[in-house]
Amino acid sequence: MKLHLKVWRQSGPQDKGRFELHTIDGVSSDMSFLEMLDVLNDRLLAQGKSPIAFDHDCREGICGSCSMMINGRAHGPTRGTTCQTYMRNFHDGQTVVIEPWRARAFPVMCDLVVDRSAFDRIQQAGGYVSVNTGGAQDGNCLPVPKDDAERAMDAAQCIGCGACVAACKNASAMLFVAAKVSHLGLLPQGQPERAGRVLAMVAKMDEEGFGNCTNQYECEAVCPKSIPADFIARMNRDHLGSSLIPSE
Amino acid sequence: MMTCAHPLCSSIVRKGIVGLTGALMIVFVLGHMTGNLLIFLPPEAINSYAEFLHEAGHGALIWLSRLGLLTIFAVHIGLTISLKYENKKARPIAYATHQPLASNWASRHMLLTGLVVMLFVVYHLLHFTAGVTDHSADWRRPIGGPGRPHLLDVHSMVVNGFQNPYIASFYIVCQIVLGMHLWHGGSSLFQSLGINRGFWKRITAWAGPVVAVVVVVGNCSIPIAIQARFIQCHADIEMKKAEIDSKNGKLPRLWSPANGGSASASQPH
Repeated sequence: MKLHLKVWRQSGPQDKGRFELHTIDGVSSDMSFLEMLDVLNDRLLAQGKSPIAFDHDCREGICGSCSMMINGRAHGPTRGTTCQTYMRNFHDGQTVVIEPWRARAFPVMCDLVVDRSAFDRIQQAGGYVSVNTGGAQDGNCLPVPKDDAERAMDAAQCIGCGACVAACKNASAMLFVAAKVSHLGLLPQGQPERAGRVLAMVAKMDEEGFGNCTNQYECEAVCPKSIPADFIARMNRDHLGSSLIPSE
Repeated sequence: MMTCAHPLCSSIVRKGIVGLTGALMIVFVLGHMTGNLLIFLPPEAINSYAEFLHEAGHGALIWLSRLGLLTIFAVHIGLTISLKYENKKARPIAYATHQPLASNWASRHMLLTGLVVMLFVVYHLLHFTAGVTDHSADWRRPIGGPGRPHLLDVHSMVVNGFQNPYIASFYIVCQIVLGMHLWHGGSSLFQSLGINRGFWKRITAWAGPVVAVVVVVGNCSIPIAIQARFIQCHADIEMKKAEIDSKNGKLPRLWSPANGGSASASQPH
């Protein structure tokens, strides 16, 4: 199939950036979206032009590296990561608009590559357990209710891709932070630092310049790991409780 | 973004306060609507209700309520503006194309509908409380005699106010805008307060739409009923009788804005 691509090009963080039009033919419907960009980049290199920069790593939908807005949807027309988006979801002659995540906290580094280290800094602020949990057998000695274990695992699925921030009207990172707060906060090992964790991670999130949640659940609709916005309510509950009733 | 680093200044606490103040205003809107629906009963009902509001706590309750509502309103609006300012800053460059998947018009335009509601509240207070936008408040004359100074003819004021089709239409449009605000806000506040979970999630998802429909239907029924002449101004009817009487050579029996209250001692009540 033949596609018309309208791709965001930006040489560096200080560049203003612009859209560039490319027409690519011979696209197989079996290709992944990133493979289609690989083919385009090969052709650009052959023409002596600079290839389009984009993030990618595992290409299996588990690392959370790939990140682009495709026709106004984070990761593309189907739920999942960009690397798991296949060209069969597009039709011959279609115009595809490709943009980087847009958020003040995610500055564009080059073309479609954004700096998502704000997520790392939020994680470093409290997304850990300092308790020594011992080896695997010691961990298994701690009884965890089945429902809590399931919910903790649901939250722990977050791969930090940033689609929630990208899709949110306010560029809010609430779903990411809620998932990270909840997957530890639901387990016994996470209890000693529970109040401090939520306060520190939310403070860091605000400091990094993400927007605020207006409960429109666009984040939930695009999350490639289907993390529900219930975790945001859980974090709100945790945070309101921890700020209003300080721990001793 | 926030200069205050205290947890109580965090985005989540501010959103929680917006949700809480929103919930309090919904309680007020529902109470206000229930009181207003007394207009469908004989005039004594709404007039006595208005008298009760003015006399409760020796007149202190109404002023405490007004002060409380003003504070709630100011906090709700002030914090929303601070959050909106941060949200605008959080995405300096908009997307060329953006496909909303889960949101709706009401949820995406809360600031716009909120501003319209704010302006409506100002007009509503000028219209019926201050009585400066038209002559309808002139009908709110004392009807209780020396022993009941707060028994006013609120019924005639409301009916005359909504007999103007432009005013009635304006109120109906503003109620629909309020309904849109409540459609999202009535459910969203539970998420902000962290109450959305399991069984409650199913309840809270319907809370906003249900409150919105109840408020729009309840409040719009009043101007519609008055426009449809289902509710008529009893004082107006009495005045027409008085006009007929005066034509027949009898003394006027009723006070009205037209005769400047010269016949206030000879009311029909």
